Amino acid sequence: MAIIELEGVSYIYGAKTPYEMTALDNIDLKIEKGAITGLIGHTGSGKSTLVQMLNGLIRPTSGRVLLDGKDIWAEPKKIRDIRFKVGLVMQYPEYQLFDETVRADIAFGLKNMKMPEEEIAERVERAAEFSNLDLSLLDKSPFDLSGGQRRRAAIAGVIAMSPQVLVLDEPAAGLDPRGRREILDGVKRFSRESGTTVIIVSHSMEDMAQYCDNAAVLSRGKLFMYGSCSDVFGRAPMLCSVGLDIPHVTRINQKLIELGLPLPEDVYTVDYAADKIAKLLGLGGEVK
Amino acid sequence: MKDITLGQYYPGNSVLHKADPRAKLVVTILYIVAIFLAKSIYSYGAVVLSAILLLVISRVSVSVVLKGIKPLIYVIVITGIMNILFTTGKTPLFQWWIIKVYPEGLRAAGLMVIRIIVLIMGSSLLLTYTTTPIALTDGIEQLLAPLKKIKLPVHDFAMMMTIALRFIPTLLEETDKIMNAQKARGGDFSSGSLIQRAKALVPVLVPLFVSAFRRADELAVAMECRCYRGGDGRTRMTKLKFAARDWFLVIFTVLFCALLVTLNIYFGPAQVVVEAVV
Ligand SMILES: Nc1ncnc2c1ncn2[C@@H]1O[C@H](COP(=O)(O)OP(=O)(O)OP(=O)(O)O)[C@@H](O)[C@H]1O
Ligand SMILES: [Mg+2]
Repeated sequence: MAIIELEGVSYIYGAKTPYEMTALDNIDLKIEKGAITGLIGHTGSGKSTLVQMLNGLIRPTSGRVLLDGKDIWAEPKKIRDIRFKVGLVMQYPEYQLFDETVRADIAFGLKNMKMPEEEIAERVERAAEFSNLDLSLLDKSPFDLSGGQRRRAAIAGVIAMSPQVLVLDEPAAGLDPRGRREILDGVKRFSRESGTTVIIVSHSMEDMAQYCDNAAVLSRGKLFMYGSCSDVFGRAPMLCSVGLDIPHVTRINQKLIELGLPLPEDVYTVDYAADKIAKLLGLGGEVK
Repeated sequence: MKDITLGQYYPGNSVLHKADPRAKLVVTILYIVAIFLAKSIYSYGAVVLSAILLLVISRVSVSVVLKGIKPLIYVIVITGIMNILFTTGKTPLFQWWIIKVYPEGLRAAGLMVIRIIVLIMGSSLLLTYTTTPIALTDGIEQLLAPLKKIKLPVHDFAMMMTIALRFIPTLLEETDKIMNAQKARGGDFSSGSLIQRAKALVPVLVPLFVSAFRRADELAVAMECRCYRGGDGRTRMTKLKFAARDWFLVIFTVLFCALLVTLNIYFGPAQVVVEAVV
């Protein structure tokens, strides 16, 4: 079932000025409920523009955005309610922290929701756990944290609101591999435990292949491909044609196929590849 | 946020866009003087024609110019009304309560309104629409270079201005981003009492200031790393060149001023001519 639907959505920056720029061009997209969807695309392909439309930060120049089958712009005055239902973590969210303590900052959204104090306290700690933020940091000033820790605090600030849909714009960009894994693991755990629909923007194919159920590929403002991860990564040459990197393991798999080995096309995780190759070598399930 | 266009440069490729900023600065000053020189109805005609000519050669669209005049519409209207009400003449055109309107008043108002509109059009077409802010500060720096002789830190002021101008769009963009981030968490900037709204801005202003200071710090370090140490002995990447067309622009404007003075002398001040017509 689709929770979010885009119908013929276009967006033009600076319409009717000399700086006019079509960022999104007639996008149709259905986001499956409860799944983790990856949004992939080259730099400037319109990913950030698209996700800012999902919670009504920007209004499509044309087309409609539906949440649960209802146009989010049906009542523009109530757009704030949509923002509580669709939680968005913007790109580089570490620069949005402002309050005296990390705890107060994470609670900002909850206070805006007019939630009782006791519930706020509980939710803040739970959110901090999901984003792998050390609880001892909660009473520090956000400006005393490292970049990666601030990123987690910002993500926790949105997770705390328990939105129906959690959208993260490049949550792992610029972090070390362990930092990336901790953040993405936390998000995945949150999604699975609470049943929240998650949309992750990234240009790391490795991460997408590992964490997402579905993948949508944007190229120059158009929806280029959309399907389950195996569909999308199974068509490696097409991805390469729009300047995207495919996971390393997929590339190795492609080479092996070119060399004449009878392997499937849709290899995109290391485990799956190891399994297939092991079978080919007649080793059964021994390789791990 | 994005509607605030500071240094409303309108990209283009016209003669005015290509002209040297120093020439444009000099010409703008001359042009403003010229507008105030206009006294006779003919010189007003010449001034209006010159503004239209500027519009045509700059190829800036009319709607953009109108948009530039719009914020000043109240000033224009109030100036017009003041002129109508407070100019006295011989015989009132009509009278109501203490208000007396003289034909001279209507005339003065009309001319004043034309003057203000032409002033805005002229200076914006000659400078702000056709010159990037950076080119403008460059031009100012070089025009003021002689003041270095009396130990005024012209270069440092120009550098400060360049940096400030350079970072205005960046900070606007940043404000936009931070506001969006807080809106995404339910921040509300458009409803509530004045005090509530001011309070709602704290989550925007704090990160904005922090990042402005961080940027200033980083920029200072980056400049120091590249051995920046003020104006002495610095060469420029793009050297301003005073070309033939710049001389033409200046000379043309000087001649234009001369023409206006001549028209004034021959046809006298506006009042006389208009009265003759009436
Ligand atoms: N505020 C803006 N004003 C004008 N143009 C913009 C603005 N924001 C984005 N654009 C343009 O819209 C296009 C899409 O931008 P967007 O930020 O959505 O890309 P992206 O896919 O998120 O890229 P990245 O991976 O670098 O974050 C780009 O070409 C960009 O230049
Ligand atoms: Mg982006």
